[in-house]
Amino acid sequence: MSGLSRSKSPMGALVGVAVMAVGVIAPFFLSRYQIGLATQILIFGMLAMSIDILVGFTGRTSLGHGAIFGASTYVVLYCVTQAGLSPYLAVVLGIATATVLAAVFALLAVRTNGVYFLLLTLALGMIVWGICLRWTQVTGGENGLRGDIRPKALADYKDFYWFILALAALVTFGIRRFVQSPFGLTLRGIRDSDSRMRSLGYNVPLHLFIGFTMSGFFAGVAGAVYAFFNNFVSPSTVALTQSVESLLMAIIGGVGTLYGSFIGASALIALQNLVSSHTERWQSVLGITFTLIMIFAPEGIVGKFRALRAKYASKH
Amino acid sequence: MDRRQFLQTTAAGLAAAGTGLQPLRALAQGEPIRVGLMAPLTGVIASGGKEMVEGTQFWFEKINYQIAGRKVELIIEDDASNPDTALQKARRLVEQNNVHFLTGNLLANTGLAVANYVKGTGTPYFIPIIAADELTQRGRIPNVIRTAGYSGSAFPRPLADWALKQGYKRIATISQDYTFGHEQCGGFSQVFTEGGGTIVQQFWHPLNTADFSPYLGQIADLKIDAIFVMETGADATRFTQQFNSFGLKGKIPLLGAMNMTDQSVIRTMGAEVEGIISAAHFAEGADIAATKEFVEAYTKKYEKIPSLYGFSMYSGMMWVSRAIEKLGGKVEDKAALLDAVLKTELTDSPLGKPVKLDAYGNPIYDVYIRKVTKRADGKFWNVPVETYPAVSQFWKYDPEAFMKEPAFSRTYQGAKKS
Repeated sequence: MSGLSRSKSPMGALVGVAVMAVGVIAPFFLSRYQIGLATQILIFGMLAMSIDILVGFTGRTSLGHGAIFGASTYVVLYCVTQAGLSPYLAVVLGIATATVLAAVFALLAVRTNGVYFLLLTLALGMIVWGICLRWTQVTGGENGLRGDIRPKALADYKDFYWFILALAALVTFGIRRFVQSPFGLTLRGIRDSDSRMRSLGYNVPLHLFIGFTMSGFFAGVAGAVYAFFNNFVSPSTVALTQSVESLLMAIIGGVGTLYGSFIGASALIALQNLVSSHTERWQSVLGITFTLIMIFAPEGIVGKFRALRAKYASKH
Repeated sequence: MDRRQFLQTTAAGLAAAGTGLQPLRALAQGEPIRVGLMAPLTGVIASGGKEMVEGTQFWFEKINYQIAGRKVELIIEDDASNPDTALQKARRLVEQNNVHFLTGNLLANTGLAVANYVKGTGTPYFIPIIAADELTQRGRIPNVIRTAGYSGSAFPRPLADWALKQGYKRIATISQDYTFGHEQCGGFSQVFTEGGGTIVQQFWHPLNTADFSPYLGQIADLKIDAIFVMETGADATRFTQQFNSFGLKGKIPLLGAMNMTDQSVIRTMGAEVEGIISAAHFAEGADIAATKEFVEAYTKKYEKIPSLYGFSMYSGMMWVSRAIEKLGGKVEDKAALLDAVLKTELTDSPLGKPVKLDAYGNPIYDVYIRKVTKRADGKFWNVPVETYPAVSQFWKYDPEAFMKEPAFSRTYQGAKKS
């Protein structure tokens, strides 16, 4: 990660501040719908970034994160609409549930890697989906749960956007700190060679467990605020497609780049919204686009930019 | 540099996500009436979604996309059979396209998600297909009206009454295990047990069941007088075929929910559907001039007999159009539009009979007991055999008292303990 040292330069900090500034003033120039889309992009960007901890920095591809994310959404909606708790407490419980769920997933999945890890997380995610679909008394079954649960203080869509923007900045900072910490380095070590890490005396399963649980925590944060965004949850939020879509966002943006997650989320959500209003074959268009990205920029959009820049720099 | 690129691409992404600043809106009256239609054009029920679009277009073409001198602009969005997508599309239609009202959606969960959203915006939302009881009962939202739609538990009630009149005493039910099934079986069980009948057993199976033989084996041994079946789409086709190949057809009378014998199901099937009884407000084989005219015109244009989806969207949009005419085209005033729709009596629909909405935004129909019958050309359709006039979604109960009872679910079926 060569970007590491550079981003500590004053230039990097300046760009970071500029991005935030654009984010902060954006609502004054965008329509209500566009602000809604931007909010959605930020939420899914956080989810994709939590997956990037595993895919990009630990070398484990998870297909269970949609379920962890959605479990948090379910708990928040249940707590507010059925149990009558305060939305703030509900968010805490939602994130806690996601973290515990991730810990359970992690316990089962840490001893595997490659395609076995993928399949195990997929199966665990399917179990969560099955429970949400069939446990009608609690989850509302197919119809899901709904209600006006967003706290009064965030009721205005612009305020809510700013809140999510601040949260996304915080989450980005948190995840960056996490993957760049000495602990994050051990995760990268595991990604590159877990047998070597083992022989160096690291407790690989424990590190994976902590890495997965932290990733689940961040997915839970995104899931909890998604409940405020939609005021609604149904089994499709915990379904496999959710996991696949958020993984796609991380991959399109560029795995191991973190910021790429927001680019990936923007690309996917913007495409979905633009293309689908022009043709009902929008899914084919999306599929072709992704295939092209995988052929010409397998390292993702941000990854491709970095590679091109490195090439340019070496020539001059 | 990383962040600069991030900045550039984000800005480009956000710019691409829309058309920039909102254009100044033209004076209201010169503008078209913008109608936002959501239908599942992709996903498991895409064929139904397509028919919804056809039905809607069929109506607007008939009036040349003109209501009270104003042009109609129909904006169609795909809800992808997914409530999250439906919600996103509803936001787009309301916040970006500034539609005057929303309509459509097929699956209950997509409709409920959109209804929850319009609760906050106040946008009128007309639901000719979404049958979830809740929306015109306990969870009524004033700006959600079921124009030309029906509530799930409503039509099985007259069917249960009819079954009692046939002398059926013992009936079992089999249904897909989700709210739409719970509601239809609930309506049936409630009326049937209150009239002295017994619900012997209720089978609930997951959606998309490929093999019904475990259930059919049990059904054959129950010694029942009839079976009430609530299936939609491919499950309806498979159940009917397997019921037939198990040799149960002709032995146990089959009473179906209306979607069981809808054209969308039976138009591809053969003799196995003949004789199934169901209850509905619309029977494509009814000997009524208005119905015949609609069915003929639709068949000519789309080369198939109209299904519930085509009929409901056509009539639902007709209903709203008639109300807008009364307002002289002023759709901007949401409260006036909703009020006008609630007060409009639809007189010239394909039903051939006037239909009114009750105080909860649900239509009161004459309900037919229908029988699947073979036409001269070998196709099958539903023909009325008996009529129950003016059936309310609350049947013969007091609405207030009825809504104090719990909503129908797998565990609560309103059945009277005998």
